Amino acid sequence: MSDPRLSELALDGLWKNNPALVQVLGLCPLLAISNTTVNALGLAIATLVTLVVSNGVVSLIRDWVRSEVRLPVYVMVIASVVTIIELVMNAHFHSLYNTLGIFIPLIVTNCIIIARAEGFASRHGFGFSVFDGFVMGAGFGVVLIALGALREVIGFGTLLADAEQLFGPVALDWGIRVLPEQMTFMLALMPPGAFIGLALLVAFKQAIDQRQSRRARAARGARSGEPTAEVAG
Amino acid sequence: MKFPVQTSPHVEATSSVSDLMTTVLWALVPGTVVAVWLLGWGVLFNVMLAVGAAWLAEALMLWLRARPFRPALTDRSVLITGWILALCLPNLAPWWLPVVGAVFAVVVAKQLYGGIGYNLFNPAMVGYVVLLVSFPEAMTRWGAPIDGGAASLSLTQAAQWTFLGVLPAATGFDALSQATPLDQWRMLVTHGGEIRGVAASVWQGGGWSLWLNLAFLAGGAWMFYRGAIRWHIPVAMIAGVLLMSGLLWGIDPARFAGPMFHLLAGGVIFGALFVATDPVSASTTPRGRLVFGFGIGVLAVLIRSFGNYPDGVAFAILLMNLAVPLIDYYTQPPVFGRKPGHATESVTQSRGES
Repeated sequence: MSDPRLSELALDGLWKNNPALVQVLGLCPLLAISNTTVNALGLAIATLVTLVVSNGVVSLIRDWVRSEVRLPVYVMVIASVVTIIELVMNAHFHSLYNTLGIFIPLIVTNCIIIARAEGFASRHGFGFSVFDGFVMGAGFGVVLIALGALREVIGFGTLLADAEQLFGPVALDWGIRVLPEQMTFMLALMPPGAFIGLALLVAFKQAIDQRQSRRARAARGARSGEPTAEVAG
Repeated sequence: MKFPVQTSPHVEATSSVSDLMTTVLWALVPGTVVAVWLLGWGVLFNVMLAVGAAWLAEALMLWLRARPFRPALTDRSVLITGWILALCLPNLAPWWLPVVGAVFAVVVAKQLYGGIGYNLFNPAMVGYVVLLVSFPEAMTRWGAPIDGGAASLSLTQAAQWTFLGVLPAATGFDALSQATPLDQWRMLVTHGGEIRGVAASVWQGGGWSLWLNLAFLAGGAWMFYRGAIRWHIPVAMIAGVLLMSGLLWGIDPARFAGPMFHLLAGGVIFGALFVATDPVSASTTPRGRLVFGFGIGVLAVLIRSFGNYPDGVAFAILLMNLAVPLIDYYTQPPVFGRKPGHATESVTQSRGES
């Protein structure tokens, strides 16, 4: 397979083929952990690191692993990476580790990671695989953090509360109150709120895409000098 | 000479969505009047706020979705959504409660699913459940129908409370409100105690719930007479409530309330007549309607008896809304003129021929 361009990879991971908004993979942590910004940020970083390391390792060993046993091998690699991350978080971000709970070990089962290992890293060189892991993790993380911020603002009325769990004592007063406490909407914190919030983000992305493609068509029509029917719609 | 040949149907029905909705609106009037009489002006404010907010939300969403305004805004369905939601809300609710509920019901539960005819769930019940899980404290502000209770507030006093949160100087909130029978029953069930006292409380005494339910029944009879609803869903739902509560009561009368308590308390009659019969989100086949209604009745009693919330009618309706596609699939009536058993056979035959 020919090597892809880095800019295309980046666009794919962050927008065109965004793991959360387009592939809709990894829904379990995406919906369960996005109740506050800090939780989302913690899980986003953990997922990003897992993706980068597992993609790199899978890419390095791809010539030695026979295709019959590749999936168990990939899962072992991913599980080892996640275990390392889990131990590191337990040691250095203990309260965040307690908040995220089961969802850190569950990163192993996040479909994005095995999908990228199987679909990309097993066919490309080390550099490309690490880069792909980074942009895919970033694309997932951005959506996770956006959903987390949205739900925290609507549900708790705050933003970045408890940031010290992640950034240490410096961040003690980072949390800001956006809405007064009486105006918070508890539904946003519950599972239905997660589904509605994610659906709104997906719809938002598609609306932007549609507007862009309409503009592109209009620009093409204007260049070629002939009126196009689609522009009106 | 020319003889115009018409294709069937030769007799056109004159009914339309807005006719149907007008019938339902009139049917809501007696219940609303009795509720205002017993529970005070707050009920009227709830209705006005919810209906207004629902209508504006519908207009806004139609504009955002670039849909024609006229058909959806004049068919009156959105008024019913707001009105039904308002009748479920506590009479001492703050002004934003009906507004938030109605906007959520119309925007998310109706318009995001595609507007009238496409909603999977009953919009009013979605709005109610969202309020119930999001604002548990505001949803408990029930003023009791007692002397000097919420009904004794004048129009201005009630307006001051709804919009500004100010009560007349001599009145405290606790003087107006009281735990509803389902709440009292729940407290007794969870903290131990005999449930017999509940039936004698102010809510039951004085025939309070009886009057309200009779008014709703009158509205239901009017809808039935005009052909806006059929008997299947209400009858099946009430049968489900009576059977399930009778069963539990028969097992342990000290722990579970009796069938008549379940029938008259909370939203059983109102839900059976006005909410479960929603033509969009309910089952559409005769047998399916029986299953649908019965399921709501059974689930409502189960949620009341074992769930976390005092009343389960709204949750039961939403759950059975989910089951409607399945119910409709298994209860299709046979095609006219064909024997039930032969239906599948002829399908396979025609497939084999083609």
